[in-house]
Amino acid sequence: MILHDLIAFDTLRVIWWVLLGVLLIGFAVTDGFDMGVGALLPFVAETDVERRIAINTVGPVWEGNQVWFILGGGAIFAAWPPLYAVSFSGFYLAMFLILVALILRPVAFKYRSKRDDMRWREAWDWALFVGGAVPALVFGVAVGNVLQGVPFRLTPDMLPIYEGSFFGLLNPFALSCGLTSLAMMVMHGGAWLGLKAEGPVAERARTYGMIAAVVVIALFALNGFWLTYLVERYSLVGPVVTDGPSNPLLSEVTRGGSWISAYADRPWALTAPVLGFVGAFFALLGLWGRREVVTLLASKLSILGMISTVGLTMFPFILPSSIDPRSSLTVWDSSSSHLTLFVMLGAAVIFVPIILAYTAWVYSVLWGKVTASDVAEGSHTLY
Amino acid sequence: MDIDIVELSRLQFATTALYHFLFVPLTLGLSVIVAIMETVYVMTGRPIWRQMTKFWGMLFGINFALGVATGITMEFQFGMNWSYYSHYVGDIFGAPLAIEGLMAFFLEATFVGLFFFGWDKLSRVGHLVVAWLVAIGSNFSALWILIANGWMQNPVGAEFNPVTMRMEMTSFFDVMFNQVAQAKFVHTVSAGYVTASVFVLGVSAWYLLHGRHTELARRSIAVAASFGLAGALSVVVLGDESGYDAGENQKMKLAAIEAMWHTEPAPASFTLIGLPNQEERETKYAIHIPYVMGLIGTRSLDTPIQGIAELEAENAGRIRSGIIAYDALMTIRAEGPDTPEDVRATFEQHSDDLGYAFLLKRYIEDPRQASEAQIAQAAEDTVPHVWPIFWAFRIMVGLGFSFIAVMAYFFFMASFRGMRFPRWALRLAVIVIPAPWIAAEMGWIVAEYGRQPWTVDGILPTALSVSHLSVGTVAVTLAGFVLLYSALFVVEMSLMIKYIRKGPYQDVAETEAWTERRRQHRKIASDLNISPAE
Ligand code: HDD
Ligand code: HEM
Ligand code: HEM
Repeated sequence: MILHDLIAFDTLRVIWWVLLGVLLIGFAVTDGFDMGVGALLPFVAETDVERRIAINTVGPVWEGNQVWFILGGGAIFAAWPPLYAVSFSGFYLAMFLILVALILRPVAFKYRSKRDDMRWREAWDWALFVGGAVPALVFGVAVGNVLQGVPFRLTPDMLPIYEGSFFGLLNPFALSCGLTSLAMMVMHGGAWLGLKAEGPVAERARTYGMIAAVVVIALFALNGFWLTYLVERYSLVGPVVTDGPSNPLLSEVTRGGSWISAYADRPWALTAPVLGFVGAFFALLGLWGRREVVTLLASKLSILGMISTVGLTMFPFILPSSIDPRSSLTVWDSSSSHLTLFVMLGAAVIFVPIILAYTAWVYSVLWGKVTASDVAEGSHTLY
Repeated sequence: MDIDIVELSRLQFATTALYHFLFVPLTLGLSVIVAIMETVYVMTGRPIWRQMTKFWGMLFGINFALGVATGITMEFQFGMNWSYYSHYVGDIFGAPLAIEGLMAFFLEATFVGLFFFGWDKLSRVGHLVVAWLVAIGSNFSALWILIANGWMQNPVGAEFNPVTMRMEMTSFFDVMFNQVAQAKFVHTVSAGYVTASVFVLGVSAWYLLHGRHTELARRSIAVAASFGLAGALSVVVLGDESGYDAGENQKMKLAAIEAMWHTEPAPASFTLIGLPNQEERETKYAIHIPYVMGLIGTRSLDTPIQGIAELEAENAGRIRSGIIAYDALMTIRAEGPDTPEDVRATFEQHSDDLGYAFLLKRYIEDPRQASEAQIAQAAEDTVPHVWPIFWAFRIMVGLGFSFIAVMAYFFFMASFRGMRFPRWALRLAVIVIPAPWIAAEMGWIVAEYGRQPWTVDGILPTALSVSHLSVGTVAVTLAGFVLLYSALFVVEMSLMIKYIRKGPYQDVAETEAWTERRRQHRKIASDLNISPAE
């Protein structure tokens, strides 16, 4: 018997669908606060010392956090090649924007405090702002578009052809999703700064964090209504083959009804949106009552809830096509082969626990607040 | 198919990859050199070694930031610009990329923060372990990305699936232990070691020339020269291994490297220099060294190396065979499970050449309708542009031998002549700083440009791999990358130079404490009338 037959093809597909979620959530809860801190930087820190406090709360960890994003890309490539091919070529200019922002970010962290010149530092602070705010916004816009369906089709040879434009991405629902995502990261960044910074930086971060939490709750609710009444659902037609070859064109898809009916089929999935709201609410309370650790946890749970909501609403769809629904990518027809999924699962099972262990260790070594005197003493080694 | 899109996408990939590889080799080598220096520090407790670790570590950090920034582009470019490629081979190619993230990027990126921020938070040994983990992480990343890249040069462990219209993995083991990938890994990592050694050597020589930081500079030269000599030897010996692998798997690339227009009787001679002329298919003013090419390419004296003309004729045959495969494939896709058995058998028999039929897609939608002229044209396309490959290879090899000479000289002077370097040698060491970068970029040009017209050798032509984008869009991003990257390059160079000028940060307190302890130690020893231990 061949080893990879130990786990059925459709089971592996579901596992990789879950792992895709885990990666996105891992990215949002770790790099999310780095981006939040970046987006908050011009507002919470005025003097150079304050800015350095804010930056150094994430200084030693943002780099590792960013790998969640990189791994997200790699894992989509390995486990969902059609998704990798369609989405990144389709969202081409949006991806380019994200790349520019994310290219500026590492450089800004590293180079900002390497010269005393104030104009130099100001410029890199804006780069950090862009590196935080722009990706947060664009990711949300992308999700908004995915929920509505994206204008692409596959040729019989499986070449993806995208027929929309960059500005077509900027429709109202997508923008609202973008703002939600930005607010989510800002809330998370506020929670982080509350925990790791001190003095006026932490105080201002609390205020902005609370505003962001309120915005998150409001926008998440708004998007919910929008999704219920104005966005059409996609569904697979006929008997669904879950372990067939990965060719989206083999299945039939229709459009109509509301995404919200997914929750009638799977009532338990409601826990996800509820977690999104409750988490944000507790983050708000925590910020108010200065319960720093609780706040951060609550904000993480909120993110977990919101991202899971998107996945569970769409299941089994991953990337519906608005112009040719048959081309839509689903869990059942856009994965890698049985063997590849199995090999990759093996790699994930070995490495993810190791990664989590050493990451936790690193955070524990770095435990504690970053203070003004840290910045003064370590001025030649810190960012 | 829009050829402009193909050209623009190639240019964009080449620009961003060559740019990424400006930072990669220094990261690969300097991470190891820094870890070696810190090891000496932990073993001897001498603050000078700690200072060296911190100083070179700082320069490492400045370089690392851009390595990371430009790597992010690479990770997403396959999907953005090469979406058909991503679909067609993602099942195999994606896996090493993802494992690279899991195994290598997390390791290096998580610990690099602690390397810079953890000096006061970790024990000495703890910090040393962190330094090694960063070095191991970056070297692992080279391993996995080169497994991915090696597969494109020698696609093993995969087969075509007509239903999904893509290549699918049949053996992960074969992909991982692909001999081309292994040879590439060793060669590329050694190139990184050479690069960093030349860098450390050159900067230290500059200090000696100016009489600054001489303690740090001499010790750094000792490390760089020994590490660099090992690296330079390994680059050359294992570069030869790459040549041998190319001879087995990519005959056309080897013929282009050698500008061997026609098969020569064995053992082939090596053209030292000359002017290859693509139109007339001959190399003018060539200077030959007998036997050498036969030895590099085949490890024997009696196996002939095939020439370009013969390979082209062979490829024309494979294109015809590919058309048969394509025809069978169309039947299989139309009939599905009802395909007659003999059509399947025909496909099986010719499927290895399917990629060759795709070469025709540049000229005609349906390869089955191709004219003889088009087949001949497509066969001619399998001949890469010879002169860039020919020259890039010679520049790389020439530099490779010169690094051995430089490193051997400094190693000798450092070990046996008490570190008294003549000024001309120090000046030379400063001047050669850019050379390893040139050699490495030339290496990639040989490897990647020499692979044309294929993205995946024999399987998927470059012209077919691209995304369906408009010329304007790709032009915009290409211009964007060029602008952004140029600006960042200026910034990074200015910082590097600033910090090299400034020199190491002196930990005054620590140096004094250490000298004091040592004085005490001496005093006790002399009071007891025994000779002081180091
Ligand atoms: C032989 C080595 C080598 C080669 C051929 C490449 N890289 Fe690279 N890459 C590295 C060696 C490396 C490294 C040494 O690990 C880097 C360079 C500097 C650094 O910070 O890590 C790195 C960084 C780096 C990063 C950032 C990782 C992080 O956050 O730590 C990404 C996403 C990539 N690379 C991706 C790629 C892709 C998709 C490539 C192929 C097209 C590629 N690299 C070619
Ligand atoms: C960082 C080191 C690398 C350099 C300097 C480099 C260089 C190049 C160059 C010069 C080209 C353009 C060739 C041409 O179109 O004429 C190219 C193309 C390409 N390379 Fe590499 N390469 C590198 C690493 C890699 C790796 C590691 C991979 C895969 C894992 C890869 C995949 C590709 C692909 C997909 C193309 C585009 C298709 C093509 O033109 O063949 N490259 N690269
Ligand atoms: C006598 C010396 C050398 C020989 C015989 C040699 C040989 C080769 C060959 C045949 C290739 C192409 C492999 C392929 O097509 O896949 C190659 C690639 C390459 N070389 Fe060299 N090389 C030498 C020196 C150097 C030096 C000194 C450097 C840099 C410091 C270097 C860096 C590279 C790089 C980065 C590549 C591309 C990656 C790869 O394909 O392995 N080489 N070399």
